[in-house]
Amino acid sequence: MSATRALSVRSLAKKFGALVVAQAIDLDLGPGARMALIGPNGAGKTTFVNLLTGFLEPDDGRIELWGQSLRGLRPEQRVRRGLVRTHQINQLLADNTARDNLAIAIAERDGHAWRLFRFGRQWRRCCEEAQQRLEQMEIAATADRRVSELPYGEQRLLEIAIALSLRPRVLLLDEPAAGVPSHETEVIHQALGRLPADIAILIIEHDMGVVFRFAHEIVVLAQGRVLARGSPAAISADPCVRAIYLGKSAV
Amino acid sequence: MRRARAVAAIGHSLPWAIAVVCFFAAPSDLDFGTQVMIWILFAMSLDLALGYAGILTLGQAAFFGLGAYTAGLFAIHLSPDPLLGHLAAIGVTALVGALTGALILHTSGVTLLMLTLAIVSVLSQYANQATDLTGGDNGLQGIRLDPIFGVFEFNIFGKTAFFYALVVLFAWFVLAWRIVHSPFGRSLDGIRQNPHRMRAIGTPVWWRLLAIYTISAAMAGSAGALSAHATRFVGLSVLDLLTSGTVTVALILGGTRRLYGGFISATIYLVVQDYSAKISPFFWEFVVGGLLIATVLLLEGGLLDLGPAVLRLRDRWRAGQ
Repeated sequence: MSATRALSVRSLAKKFGALVVAQAIDLDLGPGARMALIGPNGAGKTTFVNLLTGFLEPDDGRIELWGQSLRGLRPEQRVRRGLVRTHQINQLLADNTARDNLAIAIAERDGHAWRLFRFGRQWRRCCEEAQQRLEQMEIAATADRRVSELPYGEQRLLEIAIALSLRPRVLLLDEPAAGVPSHETEVIHQALGRLPADIAILIIEHDMGVVFRFAHEIVVLAQGRVLARGSPAAISADPCVRAIYLGKSAV
Repeated sequence: MRRARAVAAIGHSLPWAIAVVCFFAAPSDLDFGTQVMIWILFAMSLDLALGYAGILTLGQAAFFGLGAYTAGLFAIHLSPDPLLGHLAAIGVTALVGALTGALILHTSGVTLLMLTLAIVSVLSQYANQATDLTGGDNGLQGIRLDPIFGVFEFNIFGKTAFFYALVVLFAWFVLAWRIVHSPFGRSLDGIRQNPHRMRAIGTPVWWRLLAIYTISAAMAGSAGALSAHATRFVGLSVLDLLTSGTVTVALILGGTRRLYGGFISATIYLVVQDYSAKISPFFWEFVVGGLLIATVLLLEGGLLDLGPAVLRLRDRWRAGQ
């Protein structure tokens, strides 16, 4: 398989008993790709993310990251190889400050998290980088506040900042705008627009506004299969997709 | 800033200063003081595993007891050198902590709780049955110790045992302090709050938990060794489930994730036990139980939260004026 693909999925399959949740899924992300994965509830989007990130083992199929198979690697090992995700539901450390949330991730990335001695300088550097990343995300004012006190939109931005701090090569964004009140979605839009161009990104999203603004390519999932794929224009014109999905939401 | 630092410095020196003052002021109660320090160390070991890393365990007595029996048996059968015996106890409990931890730490919640209970029960039953080794119900007797460094003799006045316990406690405290303020400790705090998040940033959760569980076991084993050395006796009760329960109560009473929580609560616990047991052998549990209920209901952060809680009340009262 070509090593020029950032992420390559071939005939991925998963069943829970008799329930088929993923079947013959093929998917390729090139370097710097902006792809969206959409589909109605229960289409298998979350299962697909869990298969990619290693929280579920596939029954069949191959997943390759820059030409290297991810078979048998645990979730944390996949993160270290550069496959990073954000979460649909908040998974931040609610008792810690925004800066600490980032610094802990950075310490983990740089291998300082086992240190018991002589960690002062390293930790300070982690905190400095955390501060910079908060500034890049334009949420520097939140640095010293506990995450549980932050507005939801800022929590979502922090989640994205943490994922970026892990230096991903492929980034999975699981509903980055979910639950964000409408007056804050514009901020999320802008943050998505500023994501580094060289990272290949797969976004899973219900909000069609976000999808059509962000993605260059859309894959439609239904009942664990790829129903359609193509450019945003082609997908929005596809009668089959309209029938099962877009027709139900205002585009 | 300078004032805050001065307050912190005084706060940190206070417990150690009190210990030294007690040594000179209450020479007849040194045995009691030694017991207090042993329980402080024991509670601190639980704080690392349960408080910081969120490992739900009721099996901490397994390591306390194992450490005590190891130190006792080492003195009887191998060498009367207390420091060698202490190191042996730390080594054995760390090893058993790592092995049992490897088996059980992929579970969590009630499953983990039951497994830790099972481990302490198995050890307890073994100690009860293996009378040739442990003395069973009669306990392990005939422990003789050489003087520490060949100079400081263990005697009925308990001076040596007191300082021995103080030094060991201080050493572990410094290590624990490093741990909880290191990136390693922060990752444990993250794991307690949300293991899923930590895996998502690349943390090898199981390895981290195994590391802290092993350290915690060694620390509890060290407390057990102190107990065996200080009293020159090991009874079955060191492996009792009740011992696990008691140290948990002592930790929660003082406040988890404070390190100093155990200092307050172990002291109060033993003092209350001592005084109320003199009034009635059953009464002390009533008092301790009442204290625990009051603490859990009123003070979120344990007894260490008493000062801040009173200040908050005062502020609220002033605001109301």
